[in-house]
Amino acid sequence: MNTGIPLQYFLILATIMFFTGVYGFLTRRNLITILMSVELILNSVNINFIAFNRYLFPHKMEGMFFSLFVIAVAASEAAVAIAIIINIYRRFTTINVEDVNELKY
Amino acid sequence: MINFNYTIWILLLPFLMFIFLGLAGHKYFPKFSGIIGTTGLAIITALSYITAYKYFFLTEKIDEAYQKITAANTVWLQLTDKLHIDIGILLDPISVMMLVVITTVSFMVHIYSLGYMKGEKGFERFFAFLSLFSFSMLGLVLATNIFQMYIFWELVGVSSFLLIGFYYQKPSAVRASKKAFIVTRFADLGFLIGILILSFNTKTFDFITLTDPSGSAITQGTGIGFLGLSIMTWSMIFVFMGGVGKSAMFPFHIWLPDAMEGPTPVSALIHAATMVVAGVYLVARMFPIYSIAAPVALDVVAYVGAFSSLFAAVIACTQTDIKRVLAYSTMSQIGYMMLALGVSGYGGHQGLGYMASMFHLFTHAMFKALLFLGAGAIIHAVHSNHMTEMGGLRKYLPITHMTFLIACLTIAGIPPLSGFFSKDEILAAAFNHNKILFAVEYAVAGLTAFYMFRLYFSIFWGRDTHYHHAPHEAPATMTIPLIILAIGAIFTGFIPFNEYVTSDGKGFESEIELIVAIPSVLIGLLGIGIAFVMYKKESAIPDKLATTFKYSYKWAYNKFYMDELYLFVTKRIIFRYISEPVAWFDRHVVDATMNAIANVTQTVSFRIREFQSGQLQKYAFVFITGAIMLAILFIYLWK
Amino acid sequence: MASNQIMYILFSAMIIIFSVLTVTTRKILRAAVYLLFVLVSTSGLYFMLNYQFLAGVQLTLYAGGIVVLIIFSVLLTSHISQKFEPYGWKKMAFSALAAIAGAILSIITILDYNFSATTQAAKEIDMREIGLSLLSVDKDGYVLPFEVISILLLAAMIASIMVAKKGGPKRSDLQTTNKE
Repeated sequence: MNTGIPLQYFLILATIMFFTGVYGFLTRRNLITILMSVELILNSVNINFIAFNRYLFPHKMEGMFFSLFVIAVAASEAAVAIAIIINIYRRFTTINVEDVNELKY
Repeated sequence: MINFNYTIWILLLPFLMFIFLGLAGHKYFPKFSGIIGTTGLAIITALSYITAYKYFFLTEKIDEAYQKITAANTVWLQLTDKLHIDIGILLDPISVMMLVVITTVSFMVHIYSLGYMKGEKGFERFFAFLSLFSFSMLGLVLATNIFQMYIFWELVGVSSFLLIGFYYQKPSAVRASKKAFIVTRFADLGFLIGILILSFNTKTFDFITLTDPSGSAITQGTGIGFLGLSIMTWSMIFVFMGGVGKSAMFPFHIWLPDAMEGPTPVSALIHAATMVVAGVYLVARMFPIYSIAAPVALDVVAYVGAFSSLFAAVIACTQTDIKRVLAYSTMSQIGYMMLALGVSGYGGHQGLGYMASMFHLFTHAMFKALLFLGAGAIIHAVHSNHMTEMGGLRKYLPITHMTFLIACLTIAGIPPLSGFFSKDEILAAAFNHNKILFAVEYAVAGLTAFYMFRLYFSIFWGRDTHYHHAPHEAPATMTIPLIILAIGAIFTGFIPFNEYVTSDGKGFESEIELIVAIPSVLIGLLGIGIAFVMYKKESAIPDKLATTFKYSYKWAYNKFYMDELYLFVTKRIIFRYISEPVAWFDRHVVDATMNAIANVTQTVSFRIREFQSGQLQKYAFVFITGAIMLAILFIYLWK
Repeated sequence: MASNQIMYILFSAMIIIFSVLTVTTRKILRAAVYLLFVLVSTSGLYFMLNYQFLAGVQLTLYAGGIVVLIIFSVLLTSHISQKFEPYGWKKMAFSALAAIAGAILSIITILDYNFSATTQAAKEIDMREIGLSLLSVDKDGYVLPFEVISILLLAAMIASIMVAKKGGPKRSDLQTTNKE
């Protein structure tokens, strides 16, 4: 199933996805789009683990379980983040990240 | 061996008095502090007399010579393994003699101040400072090594500064005290240089080792050194420079007339009897080195002394402030003492000058203190310092009049008062050594008689001035010291100094040389006579003489413009070309550097502050960039 | 070309294109939909690598749960067709720079390293295996993370309810929760 595709292809794919997520995190102004970029990052990490598990350690399952738990944690983290965003929206009436800067000098 | 351990109390007691009165006097004993100070001094006067009696009469002499006894000595600062600074007490003829002089005069001044300074603000401060001065002066004369003497020398300068500037709210007093301290401090620079050169060559500070005529220290450094004079000569000249400052010899005399701004008891104690003779004492203490190893320096001493005494006598003839006349008189008499040391040899009859100098020191202390205290009584009665506002005071101040007259006769050298004996010995020593110096001193003797009696007649005779308040005689606390000092002035001439205080400790035979004595008495009487004619009754002769010799009078009245010369040098030259650039540098370079450091810090902190911007994405950006850079560092660059 | 290569190219193209679109589009709802496509393609990759359970979980949780949640919150906090203002170019330039630098660094590192494959045979993973190891206390057992995750999920639920309540969390509410 995985002959013909070297491991590095998966890894490079994951890398591109990761840094796309990083770019989105640093650039976007809406808090929710930042959250979306974080999901991209987490996803890329998952692909990385799965690729390593399949290619380097096919007799073990740790990579898969790790990804499983990452998905679970990502879900709960997204929920809490949304709750916080809603609260911020109620206080500031905007979810522009550049306007939420009261914790400064 | 007689036990002299109690002498440490002679030093300690005034020091404790100073601390006690200084700290507790103002709050707890405002009126009683005078009595406390005087009691302390009475105790050490008694101790000094006991010491003198024991030393001169009870200790055994070796080779017919008085020995130098170290009563106490501890190492204070160990510089190298051979060179160390000690603190101790040295007893030898001149130091014991000075003990007697200092404590007696100080005691008289304390009693006098009880009356003179009564009711003044700062009464207890005055007595504290007087005790400090007594401590410093005693430490100076009892020093076992030259560095200890230097330390106490400076302490004496400090006490003088504090006492001259006693009325610290008067600007002229503050100026005078600053002037005194700065001029003497400048001279002390020379003293220190001399000490350093001396100790470098002889590897010791200790007096007994240095002045041992058969020891090795004296022969050090006598080869040809710098500019044709040996190193020893140079060091002795520098040491003498310190003496010139402290004893107000030309050219460092400018502080002494201004020092009269202090209260009169201070002038009596410090500027007449004790501190100003410290220079003479220094030369006397180092006398074996001066006469054996550095005779050229001794010539310098003699000429400086002679010139100063002539200079001061001429100026004193024209001054109208009575304290200034007495100040110049002091300068002149100390010139006599320096001259006497300068023309002296070492040992036996050769050391006549040495003995005469010490003798004159002793008698001068008595009569000069008497003159100053008397002047204080006059000022106290008339509330003015100037001769021109006085006259006919003999009717109002009988005791002061009598004692003042006795003192004036003493200083003029009329037998059988003490001044005749001591001045005669000096003139004899000068006559035997150098006729030119003898001629100068002879003229000065005449001038001395003239100006002192000018002073006397102007105050007590002259015109009958009408005073606003009738002057009254001083209270008993002020007149008793006058009487005691007058008795001293009359009778101390009979002490046979040639048996006790000589250059090598052995007594020698001495007699009055009539070839010198009779002319000196005659010129003294001549001076008195001229003053009698000019000043006893109000007459026009002084003014006519002043207009005839207009320029000489003007120059003498303005003290030969020495003060103006000093001011010119310091203000125009030193301040403008040295001090101002240095001040500019300090303000614009040093301060600017400090300010620049502060400004840079502030600017940097303002910039750094913007890191904490509250912007989430900026934080994330820094984080990512940092992580990437660390990754590059650790993966590729850190092998 | 083998079938898995075609699948790989398809899936990876979708992932890359749609993730780039997610972070650059100016309409927020479109960003959410592009994210959905990325997640679905990822699960396709998992299917290709023979991890069926994980792919299913990915579809259910991520694509079905999180994206829905995001869309709901978008609706709650802004207009659907609200457009963003254009970004300042300095921010974009710097972040692009950082991202590209990081990407180049990682890619170089990946290509430099030689991964040594193991020769052991692959283990067949089926539901029975997964279930047993999730609850086993052996060396390879995952019961501890399982329990911890369940507590974490409980805490997240309570936290989000508390934080997002109308009126926000009040002091009295916090104290009551602590007492319980």
